[in-house]
Amino acid sequence: MTATSTQYSPRDYKSDLKPIWCAGCGDFGVLNALYKAMSMCGLKPEDTVVVSGIGCSSRLPGFVETYGYHGVHGRTLPAATGIKAARPELNVIAVGGDGDGYSIGAGHLPHCARRNPDITYLIMNNNTYGLTKGQISPTSMVPLASISPKVDPKRWKTTPYGMTEEAINPIAQAIAWDVSFVARGFSYKPNQLADILAAAISHRGFALVDAFSPCPTFNQDQNDDYYKDHTYDVPEDHDPTDRVKAFELALRTDGYPIGIIYRRDNKPSMLEEQAFLRRRFENNPGTMEKLFAKYQG
Amino acid sequence: MRRTLLTGNGAAAWGARLAEADYVPAFPITPQTEIIEALAGWSERGEMAGRVVTLDSEHSMLTAAAAAAATGVRVFTATSSQGLLYGMEMIYTAPGWRAPFVMVNVSRALASPITLEADHNDILAARDSGFLQIHCATCQEVLDSVLMAYRLAEHPQVRLPAIVNLDGFYLSFTREPVVIPDQEQVRRFLPPFDPGNVAFRADRPASQAALVLGGSLYSYFRYEAHLATLQALTAYEEVAQAFEREMGRRYPAVEAYRAEDAEYIFFLMGAYATKAKDAVNRLRERGMRIGVVRPRLLRPYPARILQELLRGRRAVAVIDQNLSMGMGGILYSELASALYGMKDAPMLVSYIGGLGGRDISTEELFTMAAQTREAADAGVTPEPRLLYTAAELREVRKMQTIAGSKLPGHMEGKNDE
Repeated sequence: MTATSTQYSPRDYKSDLKPIWCAGCGDFGVLNALYKAMSMCGLKPEDTVVVSGIGCSSRLPGFVETYGYHGVHGRTLPAATGIKAARPELNVIAVGGDGDGYSIGAGHLPHCARRNPDITYLIMNNNTYGLTKGQISPTSMVPLASISPKVDPKRWKTTPYGMTEEAINPIAQAIAWDVSFVARGFSYKPNQLADILAAAISHRGFALVDAFSPCPTFNQDQNDDYYKDHTYDVPEDHDPTDRVKAFELALRTDGYPIGIIYRRDNKPSMLEEQAFLRRRFENNPGTMEKLFAKYQG
Repeated sequence: MRRTLLTGNGAAAWGARLAEADYVPAFPITPQTEIIEALAGWSERGEMAGRVVTLDSEHSMLTAAAAAAATGVRVFTATSSQGLLYGMEMIYTAPGWRAPFVMVNVSRALASPITLEADHNDILAARDSGFLQIHCATCQEVLDSVLMAYRLAEHPQVRLPAIVNLDGFYLSFTREPVVIPDQEQVRRFLPPFDPGNVAFRADRPASQAALVLGGSLYSYFRYEAHLATLQALTAYEEVAQAFEREMGRRYPAVEAYRAEDAEYIFFLMGAYATKAKDAVNRLRERGMRIGVVRPRLLRPYPARILQELLRGRRAVAVIDQNLSMGMGGILYSELASALYGMKDAPMLVSYIGGLGGRDISTEELFTMAAQTREAADAGVTPEPRLLYTAAELREVRKMQTIAGSKLPGHMEGKNDE
């Protein structure tokens, strides 16, 4: 993280563009939390890049007064990794939705966890594909077998009478992949989300923050009330460095814990590993030169 | 048979429904999504026997489509733009499997910059893949072409997948009167898929798409697929005649509109051809002998038909709704290659227009007609032109000024340092 003593207020990170999101979209709360977190971390706007893929939430870089990169669907993490590898001094914040990150781009998550680049990945999870106007996403809930009569059958337009797949548990998956910082936030608790994001940005390594960000237009079931009723703060005595306990917390079925669920601060980041490799070969003559010396005298 | 109002997307979905597709792997992308949503609804309500399954990306969707087709069932899928590109690995692989299925592509310009509106660079990226390509100009044509594409793709002399293309927004979201044929009528034209030797069978285990090194076998298979594609030219005629017999609508491989006596021709693909026809009607009122030639079949390329249609014309305005970077219009270069060395070949005047959904106005069609006539009179082929108005350029300059003068606050000071 590149920080500075200059104070930036959350307002300083706001661009001239007005977000093109529906009224009541959870992403507004997430965006405000991000402004605040960036201010808390004192990120210099000119040393910060916000990277996204495709989706409603992937429009976010345009609304932040930093460098932005609006890429292609699902390739948020490779783009962010490339930027961080080429310009390690920059603060790289990847953002996107559950479709971008958990569906078409899901293949990148375990490998990003392995490389552990020092980037923050903020996922605005609305449990649906919002930009294409309401189809099931990997976090869409209520499989067909448990559908209740009161559920509007038109909710998911590619599965109008109920989906057959189960939702994924991205938090449990991230812990299983050993993502070195795993947290969950909620857009209707923007101050708490800002604290989580500030911790994620300050974390050295790959940090994943899944923020529930309800879609009032295409998903009336997982709305703000649903999440207010189904979330609770991570217990104060929870030790996020205990991976087994973190996994247990992630698998709980009585609701969704909000806060930092898992962190591993001693996992070397991608750049640290590469620096370590280079140090090993410093002052070490190349193998080819050794071979020439051996056979050509 | 009944007549109703359908969007291009609705017509595409009806085509798949009437073709009684067994399997529809699906993934949403604007402006295609309406197609798979319609099919999903019909499938879940039991109005369509086929199964719709949502996948996690276009790459998975196309892999599922090709693999299902290889088992010998009738497969339909649809995509657009970035989705087509994301599935491109399978777009090239599927024809090698010789597994016929039909995919609708709703044309949308490619990133970057990002847009949702139409041009043909997406579909033309699939040009050399081995997929057959049929390009539509009306919603009726979309429905009918899906049915024709199945019969063509499944033809024993062809056995290749096919893409039916329609323009995003201009066709996908525009309602037009469309005749929906009866199921029985469609069954007479398009009997159930006979997979022949394509299907997997328990008593005859076979492996698809084996590895071949050294180039010899590879060349054989690739050239065989090329020859099969060429056979689709003859097969297309057979299919078009059978379709006309059953449905009463005739779709030649290349549509020629008021071209019999035309000295000048607008040459273009897709929905803008209907605007070109309107311009032709008005220009003819002013005494200009002009017509439209529109390839429906782009792969296989109907070179001989185009030679016959264009021989002896004075000049052809080729309007490319695509741009091959560093070369120019793709239709232009393909047409030039088809006409090269032909006696009485017309002059070709190249225009690039309609990129990213930009309109091609009737006034611009008039201007192109006038410029094409002037070029023919002067005997000098003009440089390729981008259709762009002075007003548009002023708007761009305005934006450039804003971008240049209004740097973000924290960056402004930096420039002074």
